[in-house]
Amino acid sequence: MFYREAGQFKTSYEADQAIFPILQDKWGLAALAAFAFVVIPLTANDFVLNSIMIPMMVFTLATIGLNVLLGYAGQLSLGTGAFMGVGAYACYKLTTFFPDTNIILLVLASGIFSAGVGIIFGLPSLRIKGLYLAVTTLAAQFFLEWAFIRIPWLYNYNDSGAIEVPQRLAFGIIATGPSATPLTRYMIVLCITVFITWLVSNLIRGRIGRSWMMIRDMDIAAELMGIKPLQAKLSAFAVSSYIAGVSGAMMVFFWLGAAEVESFDINHSFLILFMCILGGLGSLIGSYMGAAFIWVLPILIRAAPAALGITVTAASVEHINFMIVGALIIFFLIAEPAGLARLWQIGKQKLRVWPFPY
Amino acid sequence: MDLLYAILVDPFIQMWNGPDFFIQVMWEGFVSGVLYALIALGFVLIFKASGVFNFAQGIMVVFAALSLVGMHEAGVPAWLALLLAIGVMAVLAITVERFVMRPLVNQPEIILLMATIGLTYFLIGFGEFVFGGEPKTMITKELGLPTGSTAFEVGERGLVILQHIDIAAMIMAIIMVTGLAIFFSKTRIGRALRAVADDHQAALSVGISLHQIWAIVWFASGIVALTTGIMWGAKSDVSFALQFVAFKALPVLILGGFTSIPGAIVGGLIIGIGEKLGELYWGPLVGGGIESWLAYMIALIFLLSRPQGLFGEKIIDRV
Repeated sequence: MFYREAGQFKTSYEADQAIFPILQDKWGLAALAAFAFVVIPLTANDFVLNSIMIPMMVFTLATIGLNVLLGYAGQLSLGTGAFMGVGAYACYKLTTFFPDTNIILLVLASGIFSAGVGIIFGLPSLRIKGLYLAVTTLAAQFFLEWAFIRIPWLYNYNDSGAIEVPQRLAFGIIATGPSATPLTRYMIVLCITVFITWLVSNLIRGRIGRSWMMIRDMDIAAELMGIKPLQAKLSAFAVSSYIAGVSGAMMVFFWLGAAEVESFDINHSFLILFMCILGGLGSLIGSYMGAAFIWVLPILIRAAPAALGITVTAASVEHINFMIVGALIIFFLIAEPAGLARLWQIGKQKLRVWPFPY
Repeated sequence: MDLLYAILVDPFIQMWNGPDFFIQVMWEGFVSGVLYALIALGFVLIFKASGVFNFAQGIMVVFAALSLVGMHEAGVPAWLALLLAIGVMAVLAITVERFVMRPLVNQPEIILLMATIGLTYFLIGFGEFVFGGEPKTMITKELGLPTGSTAFEVGERGLVILQHIDIAAMIMAIIMVTGLAIFFSKTRIGRALRAVADDHQAALSVGISLHQIWAIVWFASGIVALTTGIMWGAKSDVSFALQFVAFKALPVLILGGFTSIPGAIVGGLIIGIGEKLGELYWGPLVGGGIESWLAYMIALIFLLSRPQGLFGEKIIDRV
């Protein structure tokens, strides 16, 4: 009754092709944006910003990166964690070389390096498909992890082997390092994530995005229709690794403050794969939902015993956490293999025809 | 020029000059290759029968070994603990088939892969919850496995040391593969398994129960996992770090092909030996530690010329 397009007439092709053709969607998005940009900064405390909102945005961006590759171009990659690492290390080196440059520019530039690495490791995708490709992307994961340890130039030859984030400015405000406020970091992370989401959503609707989807649906048929697999697959790897690299740089610079190789290990790649699949393949809103769900769930589980008044040791909580997350993943895959985005769509469709579902 | 010499010539001179070390390295590589092959075998069994890329094979190895050791620590005699561990794997197989595989029939392979990663998380949590997270020692003696070692003289001054447990591992692997081969070709269930592997729908239409077959293959790879767990546990400790050995089995798989049992064995040996030789002779050139990714690179190079693996079925696409 409240959510339908009846009476909203489109008088131009532009209006018909808009991302949100329904007026209510626009209002909903505006409300959501107002919430993220105004309400949260005004109300949230440091804990919420530091441990929920900032990581959620970082992981959302990484999930979008993987979604470009897996959801839109259909190439399964298990190396997202390592590509994030490339971004983080590249950004670290860039801050060393250009200490006075705006940090946001450097973060965005660091993705270019991971895009280059992504193209190199995307080359096998021209010959190898499906699960075989997934295993070969593990080569990227393990090789890059090794490189992060064995090439001391990457972490400026310091003894710990870790990268420590220096203090840098963005538009005259302290944006990174220990004295940056969570609020500043949250706003930067949010802006970058939303900006890249907007870019990607337009990229997907254009020629490049369509060629990715054709490759995903049937690569031979796409080739016959004039799509060059070389360009389509490698551009998907490049864009996906770029986004992953930016999110890796954000992760270290605006969230963790310091990172070692373990921050980019294989479990990290799996975490993002979970977010991608649970959120829904080939859906940007799904990336947000998947990242939020997978990130917030363990926090809730950890908080649950205290809230219920049960005393459990920290170790058992961790073990039970693993069990619950594993079981929930299986449950979700069984209940709705297309992910949270599909549930969202079903919900919207139900709302559209309500109260007369037939 | 020096670099080329260091890559192409020097390692071989080292091999020639130190035959005892070379044979020792080959043997070590061979043994770890056998164990990789065993893990890959567990993968292949499940992939052939159900098209599921079972990521949980590594944690199944840990889980099987842990339940064996855990029960022995609780006071159960070794032989009974072994039987009970087999029982645990059977229960696991039936549970997985009933609650994970059955509801997910006909889903795309990535969803099935994700489900087994979910299963991995669950088993990690469950295993740590029940048995605790700290490493345990494998009950090698109690199971009647040899623990000594024999030294052979090679050349004039060299010594090659063979651990008896490694020889036992090799013999067990041979017995297991022979047993599986006989099981597949001679028994009624084995033939049904091959029928399912060939064509699900045709197998269904002649009255083969898919559920039953899937439970059986999960059980079979559970037994393979238990054997691997015992052998690997005897070489090091039984700990959750063992599951990362499973990542080594993945290049073995793509090298041999997902569907081929001989491929798993040959691939395992190539990777095991290649990795040890590469680490010890070529590793120092780039600072060592290349064992973690060398296997993938070997597999990748093979794959570029044969995208379906050495023994895999040819992939035919239809438009």
